Amino acid sequence: MKYVDEFRDPALARRLLEDIARRSTRPVQFMEFCGGHTHAIFKFGLRQLLPPTVRLSSGPGCPVCVTSAGDLDRAVALADVPGAILTTFGDMVRVPGSRGSLQEARSQGADVRVVYSTLDALQIARQNPDRPVIFLGVGFETTAPTVAAAILQAEAENLANFYVFSVHKLTPPATRAILDAGEVRLDGIIGPGHVTTIIGADAWRFLPGEYGMPCVVAGFEPLDILRAVDMLVQMAEEGKPAVGNAYGRTVRAEGNRIALEMMYRVFEVSVADWRGFGPIPASGLALREEYAHRDATRVFPVEVVPPAAEPKGCRCGEVLRGVVEPTECPLFRRVCSPRTPVGPCMVSAEGACAAYYQYGEVSP
Amino acid sequence: MKDQSPTILLAHGSGGQLSHELVERVFVRHFDSSILAELNDAAIIGFESSELQVPGSTNPQPGTDNLKLAFTTDSYVIQPLFFPGGDIGKLAVCGTVNDLAVSGAEPRYLSAGFIIEEGLPLETLERIAVSMAETARVAGVQIVTGDTKVVDHGAADGLFINTAGVGVLRAGMHLSPSNLRPGDLLLINGTVGDHGMAVMMQREGLEFGSSLLSDCAPLNGLIAELLAACPDAVRCMRDPTRGGLVTTLNEWAMSARMGIEVEETAIPVREEVRAACEVLGLDPLYVANEGKVIIAVVPQAAEEALAVLRAHPLGREAALIGQVTDEHPGRVVLRTPLGARRVVEMLVGAQLPRIC
Repeated sequence: MKYVDEFRDPALARRLLEDIARRSTRPVQFMEFCGGHTHAIFKFGLRQLLPPTVRLSSGPGCPVCVTSAGDLDRAVALADVPGAILTTFGDMVRVPGSRGSLQEARSQGADVRVVYSTLDALQIARQNPDRPVIFLGVGFETTAPTVAAAILQAEAENLANFYVFSVHKLTPPATRAILDAGEVRLDGIIGPGHVTTIIGADAWRFLPGEYGMPCVVAGFEPLDILRAVDMLVQMAEEGKPAVGNAYGRTVRAEGNRIALEMMYRVFEVSVADWRGFGPIPASGLALREEYAHRDATRVFPVEVVPPAAEPKGCRCGEVLRGVVEPTECPLFRRVCSPRTPVGPCMVSAEGACAAYYQYGEVSP
Repeated sequence: MKDQSPTILLAHGSGGQLSHELVERVFVRHFDSSILAELNDAAIIGFESSELQVPGSTNPQPGTDNLKLAFTTDSYVIQPLFFPGGDIGKLAVCGTVNDLAVSGAEPRYLSAGFIIEEGLPLETLERIAVSMAETARVAGVQIVTGDTKVVDHGAADGLFINTAGVGVLRAGMHLSPSNLRPGDLLLINGTVGDHGMAVMMQREGLEFGSSLLSDCAPLNGLIAELLAACPDAVRCMRDPTRGGLVTTLNEWAMSARMGIEVEETAIPVREEVRAACEVLGLDPLYVANEGKVIIAVVPQAAEEALAVLRAHPLGREAALIGQVTDEHPGRVVLRTPLGARRVVEMLVGAQLPRIC
């Protein structure tokens, strides 16, 4: 397949791996922020191919995983609003809140529909003019502009029954929170490729600037990731932290200005509640006052009991902060599996626990 | 989180782990049949036991000692009713024919039950009936009994079809995952993921070129040729429908308590299917097929079996994809194109597209 196979070439991968092994003289640990990277790293078995000096750890970049139990409970409550159709991306239906998941709400009669894009949600709103259609907006800077575009489209069409519950989150503040907490020793960050396509590589300048931390933005094919690791190893070895771009075919320094403009026209930066972190200031996106009539939480005030504490023994929070590996959690594989997930990291395909479980490695 | 949902979830019908558990916990337990408990594609009913004794006769009929019947049923609730490469009727015939064929039987007779939602255009029903008749003709089976029910608008989604089928088991044929031995080789008759992606593209209104077609086809002809040419070669066969290739291989590994090794680059996947899967974040190895069969053969017969498959129109792209091993029993291990190895588990529910 064109534009994919080139980036999976085994011979080139071997050359990059040799390069990394030659360059790497001391142990380093890099965090891949993005759950898509975690998934790809496991799918292609990259960890077992890297030299023992290079360790990769998973970060919080799984939008489903970092959605707080409170926000999920609110989504379940919104699905129960009489007549409402709740639309959402796939993985969200399975995540357990403190009062069950959206798929359980659906089996008990709530109209919850999985959509592939916000355009599908708009279409459902057009087809059901008498019913409120609520889109559960999860995701990072990658998905937020598409949700903004849907809101602007609904405005343009006077589609009065389309609403959004925004639990969008911003990635740089979460990265900052991890570094500020100082719980995990890191020598570099593999920057999220799709997010950075929108926000631009310059958005990561604070990492080398304020934290002396190298950051290389990577795509999602094996060669993309290996090249980023190679660049990070080089920066770490030479002690020259910088922002590198190993995903030049889509990522530019300034990002996608049109998408950003659209995103900030509809949303404003707000505090957001992250599972595993708690509230992080200026790390979320709320609808601007002018679009309050599209804000599901304002139009349909639902009562939500404060969520119970995280399930006993579940270390999702620490997994999300990169403090422990999923295998260090006492529940992993014993109690917690994709079949009976205790925490959200086991639910989403992009969750670190699910990747460890689904793509368990075998010693060669 | 609770161990079991108090209500049935859509995921219970996905063919993954949840479906398996539901069948075990509810049906296998209450129906209490040793034949059902084998959970094969088709039940094999024989004369050795009392199952097929003629009522009123003290002796079995002469000449029937070797007669064994294969019996199976399946329901079809696919949306949309028509998709590139097939329709619900063709699927309903192929699915049941294939379940009989992979058990080593020659499919003979089918039943067809229709649950029709009020308001379905007669013309639609007729087109589907014509398609069923044509598929049955190609497969060499007769639809000999049936049932029709009409339900209120909203009580069904257009049309549901159930088919059951009876076939005659070939003499001496006993195909089962319990036959698997280390060193056995695994063949597939062509590309994986075609059916699931063709249906998904149609349902979601996505387009990845017009050539994405369901592989829906009756496999009994192909299988008959294989079993005629290499009668002692085949250990086990299964059609990897819901849950795809990986799900079937996991079922085999678990029930045979053997390990299975698969070479990712050896598994045939059509370009369009790969592209569509990449875009949606799906893995073709978990996507449904309706015209594919995985065949475990004794190692020395693999080459000949492959040649027979490739000589048939439904096996032109047949490939050797892996082998059975006594290492890592119960698990399926995939060798990635970069040479790494990883376990591939059965999915819990349906595959869902990624978010970002």
